[in-house]
Amino acid sequence: MKKTVLYDRHLELGAKMVEFGGFLMPLEYSSIIKEHVAVRTACGLFDVSHMGEISIRGPQAADFINYLVTSNVKTIPPYRMIYAMLLHDNGGILDDLMIYKFLDDEYLLVVNAANTQRDFQWIVNHKNDYDVIITDLSNYYSLLALQGPLSQDVLQKLTNFDLNELKPLDFRTIDIANNEYIVSRSGYTGEDGFEIYGTDDGIKILFELLLQDERVTLCGLGARDTLRFEAGLPLYGNEIGDKVNPLEVGLGYAVDFSKKFIGSNSLQKIYEQGPKHKLVGLELLDRGIARTGYEVYKDGKLIGNITTGYMIPGTNKSYAMALINDLTLKNGDIVNVRIRNKDVVAKIRNKRFKNK
Amino acid sequence: MSKVMEGLKYTHSHEWVKVENDIALIGITDYAQDSLGDVVYVDAGEVGMIVEKDEMFGSIESVKAASDLFSPVSGEIIEINQEVIDNPELINEDCYANWIIKVRMSNQEELNELMDASEYQEHLE
Repeated sequence: MKKTVLYDRHLELGAKMVEFGGFLMPLEYSSIIKEHVAVRTACGLFDVSHMGEISIRGPQAADFINYLVTSNVKTIPPYRMIYAMLLHDNGGILDDLMIYKFLDDEYLLVVNAANTQRDFQWIVNHKNDYDVIITDLSNYYSLLALQGPLSQDVLQKLTNFDLNELKPLDFRTIDIANNEYIVSRSGYTGEDGFEIYGTDDGIKILFELLLQDERVTLCGLGARDTLRFEAGLPLYGNEIGDKVNPLEVGLGYAVDFSKKFIGSNSLQKIYEQGPKHKLVGLELLDRGIARTGYEVYKDGKLIGNITTGYMIPGTNKSYAMALINDLTLKNGDIVNVRIRNKDVVAKIRNKRFKNK
Repeated sequence: MSKVMEGLKYTHSHEWVKVENDIALIGITDYAQDSLGDVVYVDAGEVGMIVEKDEMFGSIESVKAASDLFSPVSGEIIEINQEVIDNPELINEDCYANWIIKVRMSNQEELNELMDASEYQEHLE
């Protein structure tokens, strides 16, 4: 089992640890509810060093990445990031990722921890004659996420760089306390915030500096998951995976059909024939929590499964996302979620549960 | 270190029982609430339900996990703690003060099969 550079600190700080993506990671420090609410109202600090980082550079880097992923990296300027997916030939999702564009010939792909090795091998295996250098930098970079409405104030205290210059999905290399970091205005919580990449030593130093600010609450993967869920963001392994394609789960916006990429022929066919499933939001109208895998029924007929469900921390609202095969169902329609032996009534709604 | 209360009976599935004549008050232990994390939902079956020893009668759920509740004794559920149903966080605040169901026992000899505080303490270690 792998550990991040902050592992010992997590234990000292009282974290409950959990295995995730091959790493021992903090699940929670105090309480998932408190940590979730802290990010919505103030500022939360997450160690997400388990994420994988793969560098691709060289004269044909843009063409190569455009061949690998669904999005088009030629549509963004340097020092911007873009969401993308790697697909199998049949259109199934191999992984989802964020791509940081440093220069036209230099990119950093940030991938899910559990998939880092597989993605790296996949990318290397598809290099063909492209003039690129592919490097797995996952062991080099550690990563913190600072998330919540107070994030900018908290981080600004530590740097002379004017963070107002960073619009959402922009990034820069920034000096903080005499160390260099890659800082992007991004995250996975539905809040304003920053993701900060540094060396192991750099991240250790920054972690302590940020912790000294009493507005900062340490957060674990438990809150990270409730936050991304409430914001309607998909998680690899739950909403998306090898057996679903981008068009079934509402990720068509991250697919550029004007170029060829691995899986594009299959996906084009799926687009023309229409997808067979769709990902919907559910609000439970009776008591209960719809957990991953629970079955969803319409008039007694099995139509799909829950991908993620929670009682939103700090509320008594019970929401879920479900992948269903009845494409006629619309927002407002009623279905049942089978929770143990009980059929609980739920209403279909959009997947963004968080109030803006 | 999980708290264990003297004078209660315990199950291997981390329920506690407080005996008042032929009535058993049933809750979950400190170890159970700590493992679960923030409790957000309690389903305790229905008043009038007949339960068998070691049979599932409901569930207790935290933000992250769902866990079945098993009855330590056989009998009839005569009361459900509505305060806990309405405020599941009470289980985290004081798991021994907040019982979940009361069961009128049909076979008090089953109590002998449960652990006392020191046996449960050992079970945890």
